[in-house]
Amino acid sequence: MEALLFYIFSALTLVCGFLVVANPLTRNPVTSAMFLVLTIISMAGLFVLLNAFFLAAVQIMVYAGAVIVLFLFVIMLLDIHEVEKQPVNYFSVTVGMLALLSIGGVLIKAIVTSGVGDGLEAVTVGSTKKLGLSLFTDYVLPFEIMGVLLLVGMIGVILLSKKTLR
Amino acid sequence: MIGLEHYLIVSAILFGLGLMGVVMRSNLIVIYMSLELMLNAANLALVSFSRFTNTVDGQVMVFFVITVAAAEVAVGLALIVALYRKRQISEVDELTSLKL
Repeated sequence: MEALLFYIFSALTLVCGFLVVANPLTRNPVTSAMFLVLTIISMAGLFVLLNAFFLAAVQIMVYAGAVIVLFLFVIMLLDIHEVEKQPVNYFSVTVGMLALLSIGGVLIKAIVTSGVGDGLEAVTVGSTKKLGLSLFTDYVLPFEIMGVLLLVGMIGVILLSKKTLR
Repeated sequence: MIGLEHYLIVSAILFGLGLMGVVMRSNLIVIYMSLELMLNAANLALVSFSRFTNTVDGQVMVFFVITVAAAEVAVGLALIVALYRKRQISEVDELTSLKL
């Protein structure tokens, strides 16, 4: 059952991920954003299979909720009609395929030959309580820095979106 | 039986797809989406390591990565909007003002 769910979710993730970057039917960014939502939701399914329930919920809330809305908002703000008129650049398609094959080949070869998962059993970690305890004891300094980073990002966005700087 | 390698291979292919998008597409917004795909691939690898080595550290790291990705998307999209407002550009091919 778990294996079947793994294959379903990973196939969905990879197919939708491919359709985000190279949709053969359309090059509209809105379609890419919609397939990005599907990718993220099926990846949340993989997180559930890995017993990371809190992260699956955060993934759906933050990515599929906030980030995609931001993307769609910006796509609607810009004029996207000129995108589809451009001819396909076959040089960049070739280089992109080459990049995918080379990095994918190197990583898969490394994973298969290194025997990284030998003797490792799936153990049940990832209760939200353990994650929260770790976040607020061992990792409390990075957590606070993350808060500062979000504040800096917010100030930066406000400054960038002002029309004139005084 | 699904082991660590299976998850890592899915993560590797997804990372490659993201890299392909960054190299192949010329639309700035789609390049940003491909960057998100690459971050997600790294997240998947971290969570699966965390599951198979009985530590929760990988999940904490994924939590931080998600936070940084959200901040990065906000700043990056604000940059794209500012660029478009100033020069009407949404393709990387047109960004040639640094060229000699």
